[in-house]
Amino acid sequence: MTPAHLQVNHLTVRYNRRAPPALADVTFAVTEGLRVAVVGPNGAGKSTLFKALVGLLPTQTGEILIHDVPFGAHQECVAYVPQREQVDWRFPVNAQDVVMMGRYGALGWLRRPSKRDHEIVKRCLEQMDIAALAERSIDELSGGQQQRVFLARALAQEPHILLMDEPFTGVDITTQEATLALLDKLKTQRVTLIVSTHDLNLAAAHFDRVLLLNRRIVAYAEPAIALTTENLLRAFGARAMFGEAKMMVDECCPSEEFDALEQSEA
Amino acid sequence: MIEILTEPLAYAFMQRGMLASVMVGILCAVVGCYVVLRGMAYLGDAMSHAILPGVAIAYLLQGEILIGALVAAIIVALGIGFLTRRGSIKEDTAIGILFAATLSLGVALISVIKTYALDLTHILFGNVLGVSEMDLFLIALLSAGVLLTIALLYKELLVVSFDPVLAATLRLPTELLKDVLLILIAIVVVVSLQTVGVGLVAAMLVTPAATAYLLTRRLPAMMLVAATLGALASVIGLYLSYYFNIVSGAAVVLTATGFFFLAYLFAPQRGLLWHSWRRQSRANAPASKK
Repeated sequence: MTPAHLQVNHLTVRYNRRAPPALADVTFAVTEGLRVAVVGPNGAGKSTLFKALVGLLPTQTGEILIHDVPFGAHQECVAYVPQREQVDWRFPVNAQDVVMMGRYGALGWLRRPSKRDHEIVKRCLEQMDIAALAERSIDELSGGQQQRVFLARALAQEPHILLMDEPFTGVDITTQEATLALLDKLKTQRVTLIVSTHDLNLAAAHFDRVLLLNRRIVAYAEPAIALTTENLLRAFGARAMFGEAKMMVDECCPSEEFDALEQSEA
Repeated sequence: MIEILTEPLAYAFMQRGMLASVMVGILCAVVGCYVVLRGMAYLGDAMSHAILPGVAIAYLLQGEILIGALVAAIIVALGIGFLTRRGSIKEDTAIGILFAATLSLGVALISVIKTYALDLTHILFGNVLGVSEMDLFLIALLSAGVLLTIALLYKELLVVSFDPVLAATLRLPTELLKDVLLILIAIVVVVSLQTVGVGLVAAMLVTPAATAYLLTRRLPAMMLVAATLGALASVIGLYLSYYFNIVSGAAVVLTATGFFFLAYLFAPQRGLLWHSWRRQSRANAPASKK
């Protein structure tokens, strides 16, 4: 089980031929075990990038290499934690059932979960601190607990690359801390992490690299180098040109906060 | 007292009708769980009307009506899948188009056959007392096939229904699984033709499953409860039909609807009374943090 090396070359994604591309000529490489925060304004193509990385988008221009092998040969090693709104939480399954779904890829057709699969599910629930909720129906869980069920499910997939879409948005402190603890733990297991977030402070504090995205890559470097005021203006300021100056003001505040934080740390 | 229950069963046609109803009741309920959870009630209704041209053509060619209906239902099922695949048309639009088209084609064909001897009301509302031994055999065979498929594809159908994105990242053939489900619904609709008729299949697909949804928390339990309710509604409905001279399909559906409203009112946690009781006890209790 070699850790993942992810290489994205000239990836361009268009949803509509007439519209500008959702992602334009995106090229970056992630070495094994690295933690990358993907930061950008709404509509910057963060979710599109993730969808491309898990193979949810049809083949577009560019290529994605995992372990130096073209995308398609190694997909089972990529897990994706989507935003919570993606599924119907009134579906009649309990937390344990959802986590077990993470094992279905490894299980294959016509096979029932083995004792080992049950053990993995139990371990993943424990790791996310929700073992006590295993038998709980998912609609009885709080938002943060639901998120942790999703994280446990991704763990159960035993991925080499883990993608998380906005795991810190709209969750309680406990879940945020559990998620951060998970990031640290996965780091020691050499799992490559790619996480999208709005929170610049978090990106700076907990990640090895920041990928600043606004349809194309604005910056991709260590947080201190990537998150300069100039780069942030280039990433978020572009929205101002679309007549969303108010957004720009809103988004600029955290960056100023960050600058202040960075200076005080330096 | 016992005679009330045994008397109808003295007739062979009642025995066959009862057996067919119970099998269809179970089958509809189990497949109906997916129909309810995936929000495909409209599709089930459309599919049931779509088999009309198949029935007419089978009649014209003097073939087996069940086979004609099955072919028509599967063509429509795959047609809906095909129209929605590229995302250019929404599913309910695709269903609306094909639903109306096939229904019209069926009516057109039937109006062409001036000497249409087959009773249209039997197709619309079923003719459970006319179930032959051959019908019974076909229903049993198709039911076994559908239930076996659902058992074998349990985890794949579960994940593709709950989280299609996960299914895609797990490299499951999501479109194929969707088609499988559509074909299963098509078969169920056809099997129900004889007992409840095309007009009421949708109710048998949706009502017991929706009732079970209110009463259970996990899919296997939901299927089991739905199947029990489906079978029970079929038996009770047939007795009602026998003693009160009600059209059998309608009696079965009304019984199932009765179960639904009971569950809607009294179901623990999801029922109406439970909610109002909880709201009241919450109002009385001192406010506590969630």
